[in-house]
Amino acid sequence: MPLKILAIDDSRTMRGMLSEALTEAGFETHLAEDGEDGLRKLEEVQPDLVITDINMPRLDGFGFIDAVRADRRHRGLPILVLTTESAQDLKDRARRAGATGWIVKPFHETKLVSAIRRVTGRGV
Amino acid sequence: MTGRDSLRETFFQECEDLLEVMTDGFARLEAAERDPETINAVFRAVHSIKGGAGAFGFEALVRCAHALEDVLDDMRNGRIADAGLVLPLMMRGGDRLFDLVEAERTGVPFDETAADHRALLQELAAARADGSAASPLSAPAEAREEDGFVPTPLAILPLGDAAEAAPDSSLPTLRFRFTPTRTLYINGNDPVALLRALRELGPVTTEATLDGLPPLDAAQWDGAYLSWTVTLEGGASRAEVLEVFEFVAEDARLEFLDEMADAQPTATAVPGIAPVRRLTLGLSSDEAMPPAPGPAPAHASPPVVPSARSAAAHAPPEARQSIRVDLERVDRLINLVGELVISEAMLSQSLSQSGAAQDPAVVTSLGQLKQLSTELQERIMAIRAQSVKPLFQRMSRIVREGAAAAGCEVRLLTDGEATEVDKTVIERLADPLTHMLRNAVDHGIEDPETREEAGKPRQGTVLLSAAHRSGQVIIEITDDGAGIDTERVLAKAVEKGLIPAEAELSEQDIYNLLFEPGFSTAPRISDLSGRGVGMDVVRSEIRALGGRVTLHSVRGRGTTATISLPLTLAVVEGMLIELAGETLVVPSTTLRETMRGTDAAIHRMGAGGPVLVMRGELVPLVDLGLRLGYRAACTDTTERSLLLVESSAGRRAALIVDDIIGQREVVIKGLSENYGQVPGIAAATILGDGSIALIVDVDQVAGNETALRDADTLLSAAGAR
Repeated sequence: MPLKILAIDDSRTMRGMLSEALTEAGFETHLAEDGEDGLRKLEEVQPDLVITDINMPRLDGFGFIDAVRADRRHRGLPILVLTTESAQDLKDRARRAGATGWIVKPFHETKLVSAIRRVTGRGV
Repeated sequence: MTGRDSLRETFFQECEDLLEVMTDGFARLEAAERDPETINAVFRAVHSIKGGAGAFGFEALVRCAHALEDVLDDMRNGRIADAGLVLPLMMRGGDRLFDLVEAERTGVPFDETAADHRALLQELAAARADGSAASPLSAPAEAREEDGFVPTPLAILPLGDAAEAAPDSSLPTLRFRFTPTRTLYINGNDPVALLRALRELGPVTTEATLDGLPPLDAAQWDGAYLSWTVTLEGGASRAEVLEVFEFVAEDARLEFLDEMADAQPTATAVPGIAPVRRLTLGLSSDEAMPPAPGPAPAHASPPVVPSARSAAAHAPPEARQSIRVDLERVDRLINLVGELVISEAMLSQSLSQSGAAQDPAVVTSLGQLKQLSTELQERIMAIRAQSVKPLFQRMSRIVREGAAAAGCEVRLLTDGEATEVDKTVIERLADPLTHMLRNAVDHGIEDPETREEAGKPRQGTVLLSAAHRSGQVIIEITDDGAGIDTERVLAKAVEKGLIPAEAELSEQDIYNLLFEPGFSTAPRISDLSGRGVGMDVVRSEIRALGGRVTLHSVRGRGTTATISLPLTLAVVEGMLIELAGETLVVPSTTLRETMRGTDAAIHRMGAGGPVLVMRGELVPLVDLGLRLGYRAACTDTTERSLLLVESSAGRRAALIVDDIIGQREVVIKGLSENYGQVPGIAAATILGDGSIALIVDVDQVAGNETALRDADTLLSAAGAR
């Protein structure tokens, strides 16, 4: 069974890229358009891992992580945040917000897979 | 199309939407709606453009978006006290974003070193560095402009310095102890996953230390009780190991053990060498979050969580559910429905001919079929319809730039932005609309001083509106400028030889002169309207869309240009006529009146040819049969009918036809693909009986000299009455 990944980004382009890269790498990929949509899909899909953007309308990435971590069932769910900045303070914020790790945009597929491996212990 | 290409396409499509959000946001901010969510929305839009652009390596676009984003970030965080001050600069930056997206889309290289571009980026940087745009050209801009947005390589490690780590890379085996803290678990990290990921670097042997494990009934799910001693072979460097543990750098202790020591995981094995390097101390208390490491950098963004909350509390901008469909598919569908409508008409005709249409059941079913196919047609046409909003938004830039160049102050108001028009019409409307707005700003709106003298506000207003009216789309451009100087227009037309000096023209005729090729009243060649494109091009472009454009003006009060367009380019309401045994269609939009030949008063007017006299107005006669080459000139109009038509230029003519059959909606079938341009014929359609009817190009048959000559021939043949 390939890993089920839920990718959340409000940008259609980014969703396309994530979907392409993840599917290419052999993951089962599901997409959501913002934090709220992400919370809905989370219940639907029950993913093994979530990748989420930070800046999004309605519910942003931090809000999404808050909501997920507040739910005992999802406390151990790995969540990687996508950030355009590799600035340390952003990573710190992500970490403090409860993110498992981060991926710097623009990402390379190998970086993506390596980050996934580090939080799931699996390649696919 | 490869995946990459289609993603590129997606990116450009998305940019359109994002730029729309941005322009919309700026317009709201300009209207002093300082809703934080507005700034957030603009920020997100620019941010998304930057993100996508980065993925495709559109560096210039990334840099410009980044510069804008920085200022927006300051705006939304209140670091810029008066957003109104930086807004004009932001709008210019937004315009540049449009240019850059366009440059990438078309592959036309964009000169990033151009002085005005550099200046713009500097101003943006200055707006930010100073916290206000008060001194937009101050110095700190220089440094920022150069560094732009460059993704810095992954920073790993708050561990010692790199020089120390480097020599280790040659060592064949690394040993270290890994002690997770509770946060590591809470954040969803899994020690086992990390240890597995290590296998990428070489053979891994792990040994768990269970000393800290409490009795099971006292253990918490997220308690940090375990630690591991790891032996990694294969010559991986410390840096590589640290990269694997990057995400947990602050949530675990990583102690590198001396390679020479035996299995004892102690920190004191070899004196003289610091055997244990503590990566970072994780937190020890349970709930507390670690403090932010060191002072926050100057440009640190504060948490955005509150804004997300407020966004959720606000009425969320309704997410339109939509899918993107290739236009070609829609067009194929439209074509098919067109065929369906024709088949339906044919069926209904043959049923009535066979007498089967008397059967009530047939009548009912046929009625339903007709209703369904009509509705289907309307719905499918609606797929092609798009709101004029993005088009109108683009125009605000035209006005802004136009006003700056012409030295006047203008604000653009828009109305009816939700009005939907066929996609092709919208696309082809951009150029004429641009030109007309430039004209309004350049020739219409006076400079502020002149306006004040005239008792008008310094700032001129241009209203761009769209509306559906009686089956047509009406777009109006109204300015409160000086109005059209009819005397000057007349003088100019005479000077250019467009009209004889003694000509007496109605107001409308004079306005129409402005649409004549080569006519220009601009006393100077300006950047804006003096580009060799005149209003004649505007008219021909509108006409090509099956529309018409008219002007109305009041001296000193302003001018209104009205463009009327068909709702769709695929169907036309037409009058079916008979001519030499053929059926033809005259578009209803051109039709003004019909009359019997017997009732018509035809006169010969000097050298101008025969005319129809109607309520004191003289209208040239056009013998359509002769004009289209169906037959010789007709000698008697009494048994025939006359159609009074008006070309899109406002020129009237009376078409002589054999008979009028009736009004009908017909599906337009292009001819030019198979036959090229046929003079006097715009297109064709298929009638209910399956026969083909040509659609008359009224502009051609009624709008030029040939029409007059035809009429002349007719009268010579018939003899003036």
